[in-house]
Amino acid sequence: MKAKIVVGLDGHDSGERALAFAKKQAEMIGECELIVLYVVEWSPFSFQTAEENAQRSKRRGEEVAMAKERVIDPAIAGLEGPGMTVSGLVKHGDVADTINRVAKEHKASQIVVGRASDGGLARRIFGSATSNLVMGADVPVTVVA
Amino acid sequence: MKTLQTGALAALASVGMTGAAFAQEAMTLDQKVNQAFADATGPFVSLIFAPFPGTSFPWIVMWLVIAATVFTFYFAFVQFRFFGHAIALVSGKYSDPNDAGEVSHFQALTTALSGTVGLGNIAGVAVAIGIGGPGATFWMILAGLLGMASKFTECTLGVKYRNEYPDGTVSGGPMYYMSKGFAQLGLPGGKILAFMFSIFCILGALGGGNMFQANQAHAQISGIVGDYPGWITGIIFAAVVFAVIVGGIKSIANVTEKVVPFMGILYVGAAIVILAMNADKIGWAFGQIFEGAFTGLGVAGGMVGALIQGFKRAAFSNEAGVGSAAIAHSAVKTKEPITEGFVSLLEPLIDTVVICTMTALVIIITGQLVMNDAGTAFVLNEAGTAIKTIGDTSGVSLTSAAFGASISWFPYVLAIAVVLFAFSTMISWSYYGLKAWTYLVGEGHKRELVFKVIFCIFIVIGAAASLGPVIDFSDAAIFAMAVVNIFALYFLMKLVREELASYSARLKSGEIRRYEH
Repeated sequence: MKAKIVVGLDGHDSGERALAFAKKQAEMIGECELIVLYVVEWSPFSFQTAEENAQRSKRRGEEVAMAKERVIDPAIAGLEGPGMTVSGLVKHGDVADTINRVAKEHKASQIVVGRASDGGLARRIFGSATSNLVMGADVPVTVVA
Repeated sequence: MKTLQTGALAALASVGMTGAAFAQEAMTLDQKVNQAFADATGPFVSLIFAPFPGTSFPWIVMWLVIAATVFTFYFAFVQFRFFGHAIALVSGKYSDPNDAGEVSHFQALTTALSGTVGLGNIAGVAVAIGIGGPGATFWMILAGLLGMASKFTECTLGVKYRNEYPDGTVSGGPMYYMSKGFAQLGLPGGKILAFMFSIFCILGALGGGNMFQANQAHAQISGIVGDYPGWITGIIFAAVVFAVIVGGIKSIANVTEKVVPFMGILYVGAAIVILAMNADKIGWAFGQIFEGAFTGLGVAGGMVGALIQGFKRAAFSNEAGVGSAAIAHSAVKTKEPITEGFVSLLEPLIDTVVICTMTALVIIITGQLVMNDAGTAFVLNEAGTAIKTIGDTSGVSLTSAAFGASISWFPYVLAIAVVLFAFSTMISWSYYGLKAWTYLVGEGHKRELVFKVIFCIFIVIGAAASLGPVIDFSDAAIFAMAVVNIFALYFLMKLVREELASYSARLKSGEIRRYEH
């Protein structure tokens, strides 16, 4: 069976470092599938206006297209190699929960994410997506500095 | 809805009396406009709010309550049977994780709630209790519970017959289920009903959903900072609303979206704190509510007076049967239209049975209503029209005084809440009006802009003038929506029953199941 690694990207430098690390891992493993994932932060329990609700489906499509174009496609472009298959995914939801869910669904052996770079006040209080993922993941997580 | 029909009428009457002496002299342009408007719309207003002969019971209230009762029986008490399921739906237990990023049941519900929670819950209840006594609360709760079935019916249809466009946007509401549903059943007249509904919806949006809100918000602000011209409030409100609905300034809407639920929670929280402080009196208060419901405890009109006020305020507050909620709920992402029906039945529960009852209990428990020395009956005010209150307050000032009696600074929070609720109601109704408008004239950026600009202009007018006749007219327009909507619902309800039967069967067989999250 092919080993699978889920790489969580955030569109910043730390995500790229995670990607580079995962690529190196995959090369060492040999037969490996990389699933590159970008999560659009979204909560079903947020408050919206009626007009936003009516436009939501359209906006969601736009968000997915934009994430694919700006984050996923450039990331995938440099990854193809011998024995390595690469796929890209864009999902909506809580970042930590969604990365974990995708990893479980694909029976991945590892999750690779970048370390959260900026530490604002909110992150100190509520924790970053990365720390939430480390705390709650069902799959081994590698955090790349 | 946040209407204060009785309050407005009373205010109008007093203005009319003091103004009568001057009326013989020159009428200003404003007065002429008001007069002309009142003359033109008077018959319509009188028709909608006409009482049954020999009573003061408006037939429109009976129309709403009878409909709610019919739907309750027709769907075999759906509001109780599927209550737990509604909660599970809202909490996302049946939501497909692959639909993440689409409108959730929770979002559709809270959006609709922000359009109904407001002045009706704060001021309207005070009017009901002030006139009908504590017993009005009982009838209000009963009407709220029955209204859950009306919401269920209209919101299921709203989702079932909405328009979904190729770009992913949706439009829904009574005008769509009237035209498409009637056509499906092979009945004539669906388009005519949809046309009538749209006209009333536009008028209601500009009136009760706009001018009345602006007017009351200005009254609140000037009550705190002192009197100043209303057009200033109007311009500020119009500018902010313009920025949100035309400019698409998400940040303002986002702030409102977060602050308004917070205000709602704060309001209920404060009420609970006050009830806890007076925990020993809660039993007594409920005793008053039950006793008053059937005897009236000496209020004007007795038991019937309490019943009228309770029914009226519930209908005015939760809008069940009006059709507005069907527009708000129709954007949800679901494969089963009926799931949004289940979710929507929580709306009258939260709005009327919880929030309105909280207001009522606080007013009763803090002893705002004056009783005779024996504590057996209420003392009426000098005019004999309402119960005498400490400080002669009524409407929003009665609620304010009740909260202020226990938490001295709360009236300021309440004032802010009223202004914010007014703002969120305007945003909601601008959308309802817009949907009716685009149903009539077609969708398109320029056409939508025309309505949005008109909407903003009416905010200034609403805040600036004391437009008694206009407000009466817009109330009437909103209830005219209910006349058309409920008429259509009677024909379409069998479609909802089919959905209900199919859905419950699949729920039982396990075909519809929870997702693991």
